[in-house]
Amino acid sequence: MTKSTRSLIGLGLGLFAAGGVLAAGADLGNTTKQATNWVAIAMFVVFVLITLGITRWAAMKTKTAADFYTAGGGITGFQNGLAIAGDYMSAASFLGISGLVFANGFDGLIFSIGWLVGWPVITFLMAERLRNLGKFTFADVASYRFAQTPTRTFAAIGTLVVVAFYMIAQMVGAGQLIKVLFGLEYIYAVMIVGVLMMCYVLFGGMTATTWVQIIKAIMLLCGASFMALAVLWQFNFNPEALFAKAVEVHSKHDAIMSPGVLIKDPVSAISVGMALMFGTAGLPHILMRFFTVPSAKEARKSVGWATTWIGYFYILTFIIGFGAIVMLTQDPAAYYVPKMVDGVQAVGADGKPVWDGLRGGGNMAAIHLSNAVGGNVFLGFISAVAFATILAVVSGLTLSGASAVSHDLYATVFKHGNADSASELRVSKITTIFLGIIAVGLGIAFEKENVAYMVMLAFVIACSANFPILFMSVLWKDCTTKGAVAGGVVGLISSVVLTILSASVWEAVMHNPKGSAWFPYSSPAIFSMTAAFVVIYVVSKLDNSKQAQLERSLYPAQKVRSETGFGASSASGH
Amino acid sequence: MSEDIVARIEANPKYHELVHKRNSFGITLSILMIIAYYGYILLIAFNKEWLGTKLGAGMVTSVGIPLGVGVIVFTIIVTNIYVRRANTEFDDLNAEILREANKK
Repeated sequence: MTKSTRSLIGLGLGLFAAGGVLAAGADLGNTTKQATNWVAIAMFVVFVLITLGITRWAAMKTKTAADFYTAGGGITGFQNGLAIAGDYMSAASFLGISGLVFANGFDGLIFSIGWLVGWPVITFLMAERLRNLGKFTFADVASYRFAQTPTRTFAAIGTLVVVAFYMIAQMVGAGQLIKVLFGLEYIYAVMIVGVLMMCYVLFGGMTATTWVQIIKAIMLLCGASFMALAVLWQFNFNPEALFAKAVEVHSKHDAIMSPGVLIKDPVSAISVGMALMFGTAGLPHILMRFFTVPSAKEARKSVGWATTWIGYFYILTFIIGFGAIVMLTQDPAAYYVPKMVDGVQAVGADGKPVWDGLRGGGNMAAIHLSNAVGGNVFLGFISAVAFATILAVVSGLTLSGASAVSHDLYATVFKHGNADSASELRVSKITTIFLGIIAVGLGIAFEKENVAYMVMLAFVIACSANFPILFMSVLWKDCTTKGAVAGGVVGLISSVVLTILSASVWEAVMHNPKGSAWFPYSSPAIFSMTAAFVVIYVVSKLDNSKQAQLERSLYPAQKVRSETGFGASSASGH
Repeated sequence: MSEDIVARIEANPKYHELVHKRNSFGITLSILMIIAYYGYILLIAFNKEWLGTKLGAGMVTSVGIPLGVGVIVFTIIVTNIYVRRANTEFDDLNAEILREANKK
């Protein structure tokens, strides 16, 4: 089988076509509708019924704004760690990274490392300080000693922009994925995701969202573990044997064992690395999870667990990608599209049939492997997991967007902190409905668009706008409102503008000729994040207003609270 | 009342010891993490050949693979080392500071 299958692997995957190299892994690509998969649908229906049951239970517990935003602060560190992992391990990272490994081998590993390294940064610098200073949103922390209106307004905008880009990528991915996995129309898929997510968030708030994320994390970790074990078992748990077989059958042969095209130039490499490392520490839906635990101790435990699970999961995706290389070629007729010439399958020089890319596209490697190792039932399970994954991520995003509107904009900016819990909760719920409708609308509007750059853009904005103001307001005594907001605005605008001028949008989305992009690097983070920090520093230093002096004088008390937890808001007694 | 406690905490040398110890530990581990990650990335940018070198004669596994998995494992380990030390040693010190501040 080796010779005949050599030509077929890694063909037509087009994972790198989008230009923004790392961003490509988050793109689920264009897919073709498959036959309706009833096993997968049945499994998914079971998942939906269970989660709706949980939502009903959660709804009875969700009475106040605190319940809605933070599940009353009563989630344990271990549970929260799983929920964070469930919030962070998206379908794009599961299918995208394993697809990348399937296509290029080694390069997929670089990818997964990048997505993981933000977690220690959060642990060492943010987790306990966030928990000690904040209540519901990261804006609570950033605006702790600052003028509320400008800081909150900016933090809310930062949240909503990040949520919007992340959400569009998820919705489009959901539609494409479900089209392939379940054989459902794109538009229905997007609507199902929108309606379910609204149910979870609207009725069950953070409690339901947390449990959806926990269940999904467990399902994903179990499913991926089973696949990786099944692959390794075939090779007597000897990775060398697995790699040897993969090198033998892959069309790129030994090239899959060394770095290829992923890292173009050192500046792009560092810049993408910065976006992933510090962007993770600025994602509002992730930061929000730190307020669901009762203490700084539990916040640290959650991030320890989250890092462990996410790291373990990325090692699994690497094995799964290699497993797909080896196992899918054993039955090409089942997993590949025949290469057709004049209506018949082309035949190679060796007299054997020639195959094109994978059925359903390059990101289907893990899905096909689930069929290869566990048959149709396991395929159904993994498909349901992929759907559940999207639901868990979009629910977290929606909740985060809703809290930015209701807690930061409505209660603090509009009502000057005088909103009662009931009206704040009402605004959250109305916002949730709006966000759900907008998400479905955007998902439909962007169906045919290239959204590969969007997740990466969300990370760049998170690391250039949200992270710098959070970091400086908590750790630098001289930081002032004017400095923080000015730096945040510069970070936000420069991230968006430079991304538009880079190849991933200028060429891949706006269809300008190749090589015409003004900004030559894969990610603007190295410039936009640096600019944000410099502006925060300079403007704060120049700011000698009365307000600035007051803000500086409040720093020692803020520091005592952030370091010792004295005065930190406690769990709301459930 | 609460200003008093804040002032007492600030006056307690143990508070400064806690902040200093915990922050230098966090910063040290952050630097190690940055070296590990950017070191790996720069190695890929500047020395692809070396990463593609085989682990041994007749093997296909290249140096870059255990190294890359090593970065993942390292990330998990340093994170948990910090969490463990912060949740025991530093939190004990923290509890002591809060107790002393509330007592007087």
